[in-house]
Amino acid sequence: MATDRQNTGWVDGCRAIAYQCCGACEHIWYFRREFCPNCGASDPRMCTASGNGRVYAMSMVYRAPSDELHPHAPYLIVMVDTDEGFRMMAHGDPLLAIGDRVRARFIEFGGRLIPRFGKPET
Amino acid sequence: MSWISGVGLTRYGKHPGRSTLDLMSDAAGLALADAGLERSDVDGLICGYSMTMPHLMLSTLFAEHFGIRPSYAHAIQLGGATGFAMAMAAHLVIESRAARNVLVVAGENRLTGQSRDSAIQTLAQVGHVDYEVPLGATIPAYYGLVASRYMYRYGLDERDLAHLAVLMRSHAQAHPGAQFRTGIDVDAVLSSRPIASPLKLLDCCPVSDGGAAFVISRDPLNEHRVRIRGAAQAHTHQHVSAAPTLSEFGAGISSTGALQAADVQLEDIDYLAIYDSFTITLAILLEEIGLAPRGQSGELACSGYFSRGGKLPLNTHGGLLSYGHCGVGGAMAHLAEAHLQLTGRAGERQAGTPRLALLHGDGGVLSSHVSMVLEAG
Repeated sequence: MATDRQNTGWVDGCRAIAYQCCGACEHIWYFRREFCPNCGASDPRMCTASGNGRVYAMSMVYRAPSDELHPHAPYLIVMVDTDEGFRMMAHGDPLLAIGDRVRARFIEFGGRLIPRFGKPET
Repeated sequence: MSWISGVGLTRYGKHPGRSTLDLMSDAAGLALADAGLERSDVDGLICGYSMTMPHLMLSTLFAEHFGIRPSYAHAIQLGGATGFAMAMAAHLVIESRAARNVLVVAGENRLTGQSRDSAIQTLAQVGHVDYEVPLGATIPAYYGLVASRYMYRYGLDERDLAHLAVLMRSHAQAHPGAQFRTGIDVDAVLSSRPIASPLKLLDCCPVSDGGAAFVISRDPLNEHRVRIRGAAQAHTHQHVSAAPTLSEFGAGISSTGALQAADVQLEDIDYLAIYDSFTITLAILLEEIGLAPRGQSGELACSGYFSRGGKLPLNTHGGLLSYGHCGVGGAMAHLAEAHLQLTGRAGERQAGTPRLALLHGDGGVLSSHVSMVLEAG
């Protein structure tokens, strides 16, 4: 498990999936904060996930929320259970199924960098 | 103890040219008339919010407009759970003796007062601003994720959910105020436009204009009052990415709390008013509360179990799916209908003589829960 205090992941334009880990209770979580939401301990570690996981849920969006995104539709939203143990939302390649092993890469979408999961290359 | 002494409900659909305050006033006037009260009798006011009229102080804005001078007032924001949370707050205010007659009122021109894109974008903000919204996820997509997992876990297909949309439409056909009254069958649901798989257009509630209001009072003011026996809430998370699982959302905690507060058993309930923003919402809530075995709410709906003449009548006005959804007022229509059913005033929709109703609303993506038990007076 890599530790990088600067890297906050794709939400800040970095090609990585960041999560946090509590040094006191070992709780791990995805949404960044300055304390542990489980025990309240301060100064959690920033960690970088492997990008590997398994599809937990998925939905193909046919009706995008804005003019800017309409040309991209349809696109697949997935929830992935990462190997590190937290759940996250991302894009997925078409034809994925719940239960599939997947690996993240990063794409441009609506002017932002976002994670997109697909089957790992064999 | 508190009493729902009056209810007011407009038709839902298009009300061109009618503002949030207009629709709130229409509903409030109907509720006061039903309770047999004058404006001057109202000393408490609880409102929600309106996307088409964002305001820091909607309750007192409305009080001035409508012509009341309450000694207690505020607004509440809990997404789709707001309506029942307002009723619960009024119940607590009455029990604390801070007011004698609380007006609970909502209204919004959500359909004609803004563009469709504006509504979809505002609602999508229920998602996490950094981790979910940039993905282009929408409210139907968040519920589509839940539905995909539900179908996978219980080995179901889209037909199972479609039965719930067909049921709500069949109920709406008997209500002149419903937004959609044309009958539909399972094939119509399955062939409707895809929105966010596995959800199609007819799995989704519409956007509506409308208003709803209640008068909740310390004294039983008339013969058609209904008693609030108990209420409870549960808020286990905000974002769907942070939900502990996609089958336990907090609805069970909330409904168990309300039944305990009311000192009744789930088996005693003989009318249901359950939030149904999407077919999957209704399935998840019915099953987590314990009103249907896991994976079987669609099948039960198809069998007539939740119909007017069935064992456990559900949303006999047509629910959000067919009566319509104007925001805070959306679920309040469920309570207004429950009130009519418990007081034998539902006309051709009357479902026997129910005595105890369970109400359940959810806000966010199945994240904020409010449950109530109402008893015929």
